[in-house]
Amino acid sequence: MSDTNEVTASVPALKPRKKRFELPPQWKTAYGIIGVVVVAFWLIVAIIGPLLPLADPLAQTAERLAAPSSAHWFGTDELGRDVFSRVLYGARISIPVAIALVVLSMLLGGLLGMLAGYFGRVLDETIMRLADIVLAFPPIILAMVITAALGPGIGNAVIAMLVVNWPQYARIMRSMVVGVRGSEYVISDRLLGFSAWQTLRVDVLPNVVSSILVLATLDFGNAILLLSGLSFLGLGAVPPTPEWGFMVSEGVQNFSAWWIATFPGLCISSVVIAFNFIGDTLRDALDPHMRKHVQSEAM
Amino acid sequence: MTETMENSLSWVPRPMRCELEVNNLTVAYRQPGGRVNTAVDSISFKVSAGEVVGLVGESGCGKSTTARAICGLERPKGGSIMFNGKKITPLTLRRRPKEFQSIQMVFQNPYASLNPRRTIRHQIEDGRRANRGEAPSVEELLDLVEIPRSAAGEYPYQFSGGQRQRIAIARAVAAGADLLIGDEPIASLDASLQAKIAQLMRDVCLKTGASLLFISHDLAVVRLIADRVIVMQSGHIVEQGPTEEIWQHPKEAYTQRLLAAIPEADGLGHIPQV
Repeated sequence: MSDTNEVTASVPALKPRKKRFELPPQWKTAYGIIGVVVVAFWLIVAIIGPLLPLADPLAQTAERLAAPSSAHWFGTDELGRDVFSRVLYGARISIPVAIALVVLSMLLGGLLGMLAGYFGRVLDETIMRLADIVLAFPPIILAMVITAALGPGIGNAVIAMLVVNWPQYARIMRSMVVGVRGSEYVISDRLLGFSAWQTLRVDVLPNVVSSILVLATLDFGNAILLLSGLSFLGLGAVPPTPEWGFMVSEGVQNFSAWWIATFPGLCISSVVIAFNFIGDTLRDALDPHMRKHVQSEAM
Repeated sequence: MTETMENSLSWVPRPMRCELEVNNLTVAYRQPGGRVNTAVDSISFKVSAGEVVGLVGESGCGKSTTARAICGLERPKGGSIMFNGKKITPLTLRRRPKEFQSIQMVFQNPYASLNPRRTIRHQIEDGRRANRGEAPSVEELLDLVEIPRSAAGEYPYQFSGGQRQRIAIARAVAAGADLLIGDEPIASLDASLQAKIAQLMRDVCLKTGASLLFISHDLAVVRLIADRVIVMQSGHIVEQGPTEEIWQHPKEAYTQRLLAAIPEADGLGHIPQV
């Protein structure tokens, strides 16, 4: 009897266990999960790649242009290198470079756009006309010209892509900051003694940053494609570095050996699509109206 | 009712000082094509401590521009605005001078006056930081505007328009406002709430000792709360005086027309004269 009493007495003391990590409900969509899983897979591969029992991606020891087999799952290229190993090692170049590019352009473009939008006048005109000049050129052409001038290489390719990529962030950031700048809550806080910089940090930034993040996730795909494009043209990764775009370009020279271009191409598509899925999910999750819609469906 | 509420204030407000003097204030906007639109044309008036002043007139007559100029949000083209003996300077990128932070404004649109990404508590805390004396606690302020204390941790989207306006008032009071300006604070609320919020603003100002400059085109509400009325027409002040006097004996034709336009809800189907 006393036991039961003890048990009932202890019941209210039990707190529901807090889950350490729970995916927000708006992320529990098929697209969101697929995107996260695929990107997580590639990130893990990129990190632990060297620990895997893979053939040396640079060793030219195997038979040249061998078709996929149990020894070489994705076949070998024209120098006798293992394509499977090169594809996995390629993730170590393509993904970090794309992330670096997107993060850098988001920071640079976001900062410039915010300054242009908030402070306006001369600063606005100068920054936005600069952006217009860059946007007037087709991105790949401008990136090609800059990389060609600086010399081929991953570092220079990133600089070139950054020059091409920042204006889209600046434009979006500017238009959103202009919208928020005149809001009554910004004025209220100015009246409460906030400096312009403070309102920028407290009121403006939190209200615009979500859209920029969405743009960034959607831009990951573009960044990988742009890098692949530059590498394909011989302006990005320098041989023998395994880079997906460069591997596709090698494959184009050997149409009969379809495996050389197909597998890196599939890798590019999988990452691009996964990042787009994440971007779409993020956009839905951060938009309050969409969030309500998504949540009510989930219930 | 007001008397009992006055005693209910749970903190001691610091002694208020409000001497607002607007002298020959002129504000002009430059428009595209070089035209100049003089929104406010050399107006002069005073607001003394503890006074509730109604500023009325049709839309576009310069009421809001006057309010913005008093807050330093517009650069006057001529004239001056003195607050407690100091000339109000237009707001720059820097912090607003401490001595003018006791002029606070409640805006028209309740849906834009609170930052959607910050909790009510954070936003009222911002107001408390601007207070030069000892600021009342967030809970006391929420009590004052009749919002449940538990709401402090919530976000603005969880509140209705009237509730948001109450929160905006609490924020202004938190800053220890000597002068509270309501720029059409009831215009976007539904009819049942308008008188309530206006009355609340008056009560809050009486309790804390602040002055209130209440801008509205709703004359019936202004009559309810204002001690004194200023009537504006196309940038000029046409008439000012004690509310009842203006109501009973309007001197200017414009004031008479404004008063005649107040709808009468007597069920007889009177159409307001225009």
